[in-house]
Amino acid sequence: MFAWSRFAAVVVKEFVQVRRDRLTFAMMIGVPVLQLVLFGFAINMDPKGLPMAVVSAEASPFSRSLVRSLEASGYFRVVAQPASEAEAEALIAGGDVQFVLHVPPDFSRKLSRGERPAVLVEADATDPAATGNAIAALQALNLTALDRDLSGPLAGLRAGPPAFELRVHRRYNPEGITAHNIVPGLMGVVLTMTMVMMTALAMTRERERGTMENLLATPVRPFEVMAGKIVPYILIGYVQVVVILVAAKLLFRVPMVGSLPLLSAILVLFIAANLAVGFTFSTLARNQLQAMQMTFFFFLPSMLLSGFMFPFRGMPGWAQVIGEALPLTHFLRIVRGILLKANQWSDVALEVAALAAFLVAAGAIALARYRETLD
Amino acid sequence: MEAASLAIDVEGLTKRFDGKVVVDHFGLRVARGQIYGFLGPNGSGKTTTIRMLCGLLTPDGGRGTCLGFDIVRESARIKREVGYMTQRFSLYEDLSIAENLAFVARIYGMADRRRRIDEALERLGLAGRRGQLAGTLSGGWKQRLALAACLLHDPKLLLLDEPTAGVDPGARREFWEHLHELAHGGMTVLVSTHYMDEAERCHALAYIAYGKLLASGTAADVVASAGLSTWAIEGANLAAVAGALRGAPGADMVVPFGARLHVSGTDARALEASVSRVAAQAGLAASPIEPGLEDVFIHLMRRVREPVTTARPAEE
Repeated sequence: MFAWSRFAAVVVKEFVQVRRDRLTFAMMIGVPVLQLVLFGFAINMDPKGLPMAVVSAEASPFSRSLVRSLEASGYFRVVAQPASEAEAEALIAGGDVQFVLHVPPDFSRKLSRGERPAVLVEADATDPAATGNAIAALQALNLTALDRDLSGPLAGLRAGPPAFELRVHRRYNPEGITAHNIVPGLMGVVLTMTMVMMTALAMTRERERGTMENLLATPVRPFEVMAGKIVPYILIGYVQVVVILVAAKLLFRVPMVGSLPLLSAILVLFIAANLAVGFTFSTLARNQLQAMQMTFFFFLPSMLLSGFMFPFRGMPGWAQVIGEALPLTHFLRIVRGILLKANQWSDVALEVAALAAFLVAAGAIALARYRETLD
Repeated sequence: MEAASLAIDVEGLTKRFDGKVVVDHFGLRVARGQIYGFLGPNGSGKTTTIRMLCGLLTPDGGRGTCLGFDIVRESARIKREVGYMTQRFSLYEDLSIAENLAFVARIYGMADRRRRIDEALERLGLAGRRGQLAGTLSGGWKQRLALAACLLHDPKLLLLDEPTAGVDPGARREFWEHLHELAHGGMTVLVSTHYMDEAERCHALAYIAYGKLLASGTAADVVASAGLSTWAIEGANLAAVAGALRGAPGADMVVPFGARLHVSGTDARALEASVSRVAAQAGLAASPIEPGLEDVFIHLMRRVREPVTTARPAEE
């Protein structure tokens, strides 16, 4: 028999408990708001204003108007005019630019002669989604880019095939296989979720089960506890990495052109950074449920704003700032850079420095929050 | 008593939680080698005091030493020399008995770990169950394991927070025999309890209520200093007698003990008059008895009755 009074008793008790757990209550309101903001404002599947480097062997009206029309499309923004091919290569390898436009030496001469000179655009196609629309725009531009310049005796070139040939060279992921971009990124996502959660829970569990009191009554020092709790999960993190790398290689045929020792050295830093976040959460959360919620609150922006699911350069400035503050953002650039682009230490050094800075900050907060007493 | 012979010497200890005074200018001196009973109602500040003694809480006021180390500045030293057994089982339920002991042994950096653990298991009678998960032990065994764990590093001072709560009388008796052996070997034991029989087994006692020390000394001292007289009335229909005595001059406390009624008060003459009158009316015999510790403690607690505020729960 269903009794309304008994049912109501449970409902009332549930409400009282939810209301008392302020953090849970705040999360239930906060998470939808966060999702609305992130999905509604931050995510943009059609990134524009992508940074481009122009290596121009000649400074002619033609090459200038070619660049102008590229910028006019909205998809490209010229940020560098490197003097040499080597410089341009460093820019695209380091992720500073997404495209490099190469204008050949005798571009205008060949163009005037109707020889249809070739212009090369190199695209960093690691993330096919980030470059897809821009490349499509390039093809359309090709037809009309120089129409205005082709006047007078050259007007004849406006008809017929385009006056120059546009070659797009998709680098790093020539076939535009999404998995090649997603699978290495997944390594960072999996590590972020499990590492933050495991440490947040491990410490909170001590408190919830009352074992914290015993631990604090022993001579063990805070740093010993923190380091001791972090190291086992670093090893677990490595197991996850190996599983993902093997799957990436065998199942998804992800190219691995870079240095695995370099990647694994940086992994320690990334894992430790996440563990420090988890440790900080564990000093804030009063129970394991709260620790889980905090983890989620960290994980959601990490996944959405790091460039894992959506192109980083498509996001508005404020979202990019938040993204830059997340360790996953930097790790994604590193892991994709090393595996797909054969990045060297010098290419990723800045990203590694960002990870290190994050680790130091999160570790300092965690240690400052950790109490040696029950006060 | 000389300072060197004192295991615990604190004065003026004060602790507030959110503005509420939980321990209020508490002082305690415990000689080395003593079993010192720590009594008081729930929420009286016993756990908080013990936690301040071993460095788990920082006192808001007061000072003192534990084993000669300053309780505020040298808590790291104190932690090495003290064995603290928490009120709630605080070893790892998902570790086995041997793994728990090994963890403790490593934390204290013991050299001959394996031998010490084997000895501890042997002493406990748990050698055959070393692989059993601690969480699957019954209450009495958990308590034995917890004691073994906090004895593992040969502490000079044991702080036991209601170690026998929920433990059967047989196991409690064994536990106390063990404590006396340890004290005989020179260890100092501060033990909080609610059991009167345990209180009487202590060399000395302190009674705390609402954060204040109300009495201390040997059980006999405590009883004598309370200045309490107690009468026992035996017979039938004690409920009516109790009703008649409540509020009668001199009868501060009327407590039924099965077939006996204990009537206590500080004004011996008024109490005797009231008791003789009511007993005569009911046709029952009344005789003066020595007040028990329980009578004294309830009397002490009533004298300082204050609003029901509690210390933070033990789990916090």
